[in-house]
Amino acid sequence: MSGGHADLFAKRPLSERVASGLLLATALVSVLTTVGIVVVLLKQSLSFFRAVPLAAFLGDTQWTPLFADKHFGIWPLLSGTLLTTAIAVAVGLPLGVLAAICLAEFASPRARRVLKPVVEVLAGVPTVVYGTFALTVVTPLLQRVVPGLSGFNALGAGIVMGIMIFPIIASISEDALSSVPPTLREAALALGGSRVTTIVKVVVPSAFSGITAAVILAVSRAVGETMIVAVAAGQQPRLTLDPRVPIETMTAYIVQVSLGDTPSGTLEYQTIFAVGLSLFLLTLALNVISQRVRGVVTGAARR
Amino acid sequence: MSQESLPVTAPPRASGIPRAGELEGVRPARHALFLALCVLALIVPLAVLGLLLASALHVSAPRLGWEFLTGYPSRHATSAGILPALAGSAALLTLTAGLAVPLGVGAAIYLEEYARPNRLTSLIEVNISNLAGVPSILYGLLGLEVFVRALGLGRSLISGAATLALLVLPMVIMTSREALRTVPSSLREACYALGADRWTTLRCVILPSCLPGILTGVILSLARAVGETAPLVTIGALTYVAVLPDSLGSAFTAIPIQIFNWVSRPQAEFRANAAAGVVVLLALTGALNGLCIWLRVRLGRRA
Repeated sequence: MSGGHADLFAKRPLSERVASGLLLATALVSVLTTVGIVVVLLKQSLSFFRAVPLAAFLGDTQWTPLFADKHFGIWPLLSGTLLTTAIAVAVGLPLGVLAAICLAEFASPRARRVLKPVVEVLAGVPTVVYGTFALTVVTPLLQRVVPGLSGFNALGAGIVMGIMIFPIIASISEDALSSVPPTLREAALALGGSRVTTIVKVVVPSAFSGITAAVILAVSRAVGETMIVAVAAGQQPRLTLDPRVPIETMTAYIVQVSLGDTPSGTLEYQTIFAVGLSLFLLTLALNVISQRVRGVVTGAARR
Repeated sequence: MSQESLPVTAPPRASGIPRAGELEGVRPARHALFLALCVLALIVPLAVLGLLLASALHVSAPRLGWEFLTGYPSRHATSAGILPALAGSAALLTLTAGLAVPLGVGAAIYLEEYARPNRLTSLIEVNISNLAGVPSILYGLLGLEVFVRALGLGRSLISGAATLALLVLPMVIMTSREALRTVPSSLREACYALGADRWTTLRCVILPSCLPGILTGVILSLARAVGETAPLVTIGALTYVAVLPDSLGSAFTAIPIQIFNWVSRPQAEFRANAAAGVVVLLALTGALNGLCIWLRVRLGRRA
């Protein structure tokens, strides 16, 4: 380094360097958290996979680690997670996208200022509250219409989960719709398109990647959601697509084992980390895809 | 918004220019239906929220009262109260804030004010956005292995608070960064021009001017933490705690845990307790959110 630079650095007082170092340390805590999660999950999962071959984990169709006759196939838990998530998306996607269109295209700026925070209230409801609601209100209501609906089921939990992911889809889709350049809308209107045609054929397709990113993020939330399914969907891991019977999701299984007093070091204890690792990889993949898809949008908008 | 001012249904009929939509032979009924669906998509989730609140208030009515708020857990539904859970949640919130605020705000200051655009910085940034998408139950597994077992803190208040602090850290960092970004660079430059160093500028100019923003972000993060159940269940927070937490190492319960416990019991009488717990929890998160709005209005003017 030549003289001028060196002087500037030399003049930097000690307090400044200490402050900078301390602040860097706080920023590194988040990195350590990630490292911690990965290390913890991998460490326990490795012990698990030493006892249970990966082929059994991915190949067996039964999950009974807490019974005498032990099977360690992840599919029943995975199917439970996918079933509740699919129901949640079936509810949350149309509601979220239509509500986003309502907010972005039809609502007056004043109505939007009021409605957006109201929608966000839904995102602030604790999930144990949603779970209680699913079990004690939604399921009894559904039982009047759906024959053979059991007290714990994927349907009620999934529908309430759809309400839970609604604000995520609505607010990110609304951002995507609002960032469609007005010139596109004006061009469509100038061509004689009506307001609705313009929305359906021009605005929504232009915002498609933003809406997709919103949906993928919502799927990731639904997959990782714990309390709604732990309270309302049951604790019976079974490989089924029937939404009326009790099932168990990956997250609910972790809760079930945590509630019992499973001693550390046992195979039962390690199962929750193997399930946790699967959950981590699944949500990470979804989040990365969502960020990529969204990155394309914002990148295009900047240009 | 620009589309509001567009002459969508402008009437320059005389000039012979067709109305928007006229060329494609608009069917008003279909379009009205679309608009109705959009509005409905916004109303339905809010109606569900209304149903949730109404049913919680209705079911909890016989239990909700001073006795419930000041009572201890009991095997008898009608005499069980929520005081230890209330105290536990209050203690958790205080400790979580004490851990997450310095770490989160520090990391935000580092990233906004000190970090150079290098690989370490982008690693930290990518890491934070990925952490925000990790399901909360996985933080529970981290807390279980690191705080409860490796550090030997046991199933204590401090283990729970540390786990929740890591969970809300990404949110605290992201909201604080946004607040820091609102400080106009002219303020910074003016302070530097007066000969102040970075630390002084930060302490005397930047932080005071974005304090409301940081505070709102912190409170919103705490509102999320207070409703979190899954990570606390995973680290093994107890549900039957008949004493108030009196030290960092004491066993604890929290409102969401208590709700989960009550709603999971087979006896129907406990449903009223769960509903009463839901009302208390929603009042608490509502109060925290209300505090945010108040702060934004009150302190926002000064900034």
